[in-house]
Amino acid sequence: MANWYMLTLVGADQPGIVAKITKSLLTAQCNLGEASMMRLGGNFTVMLMVSIDTPSGNSPNDGADTIRRLMTPCCDELSLHLHIDEIQGHLHDHQIPDVRVIVCGADRAGIVSQVTESLFEAGMHILDLNSDVAGSTENPIYIMQIEGIATQGIDAIELAVQKINDDGIDIKVQSIDTFVG
Amino acid sequence: MMMVSILKYNPSIHLSAKLLKLFKYVKNKMTSKTILVYPDKQLKEVSQPVEKFDNELVEFIQDLEDTRADGPGAVGIAAPQIGRPIRAVIVDVSGRKKIKHHGYLVLINPEIIEWEGLVVGREGCLSVPDYTGNVVRAERIKLNAFDQFGEQRNFEMEGFEARAVQHEIDHLDGLLFLDRLVSRHHDLFERKTYKK
Repeated sequence: MANWYMLTLVGADQPGIVAKITKSLLTAQCNLGEASMMRLGGNFTVMLMVSIDTPSGNSPNDGADTIRRLMTPCCDELSLHLHIDEIQGHLHDHQIPDVRVIVCGADRAGIVSQVTESLFEAGMHILDLNSDVAGSTENPIYIMQIEGIATQGIDAIELAVQKINDDGIDIKVQSIDTFVG
Repeated sequence: MMMVSILKYNPSIHLSAKLLKLFKYVKNKMTSKTILVYPDKQLKEVSQPVEKFDNELVEFIQDLEDTRADGPGAVGIAAPQIGRPIRAVIVDVSGRKKIKHHGYLVLINPEIIEWEGLVVGREGCLSVPDYTGNVVRAERIKLNAFDQFGEQRNFEMEGFEARAVQHEIDHLDGLLFLDRLVSRHHDLFERKTYKK
């Protein structure tokens, strides 16, 4: 029986990490699902859906233990921290976002909390969020892109954004009209 | 007013509207064709121009339309998606609110003769289930085509309709939106912007 696990790997970035960890997983007869890798503050981060066959009657913990044992040499070599969670592998069930919010401004504490709280109250279900601190050490700029579903319509999101009324941040709301053909 | 309220509340009329909808659904189910799904190699073939505008073509276009109508939320479809490599597509974006469009369009041997502007937009495809991605398309196009009866037609299109036509014509050239994907992140999105 195949069980799904979410592997989180974090460490100092260096070339070849993805190739080495996926080779270890392949050698261990694991199958990959969806994955997201990015550099955050110069650190390597990846979240990987991994499935592995475990003999029936075995506990899901056995699968996690097997993956950890098989990955340890690779993680040690690359100085990566490994975290494993047992998950439900819901594939083929992507949701399509219909709204994008782009937030830019001089970096300061509280931007994400302020904006996402307003968006949540306006019915936005966030599907994807990524943010960067750009600019310089003296003058850092915060840039965030959020995509999601406007469960109460895009007008509600627009209204919520207008109410934020903060001169320090620029917020754009864009509808995403997905063409299917 | 009286007429309106009678129409609104007459149960037999309500029932026949439902029956009509059911009939249309069953008819579409019966005539709709199987949609080829990536990585089917037929989707990579270049389709051939239509040379004969006859009854068979008109019937084929109806099958293509029934298949589109049966698809989940599809506003366009191309002949090669149902395994017929001829240069014929259907686009109908009239169901979208607040956009310019030309209604239900059958485009045979379509040819884009002018492109203007570039815009990033999100696309999905009946032949690539459960995936959507960002693609760059021309914002405005000029198009020559024939309808299914051989009548020549010229169009100037923009926005969502122009995107739909470019996506469908790509199918005729063996291209999927997967061949044109751009990064999910860090793109310049500049359409329908509401600034604070």
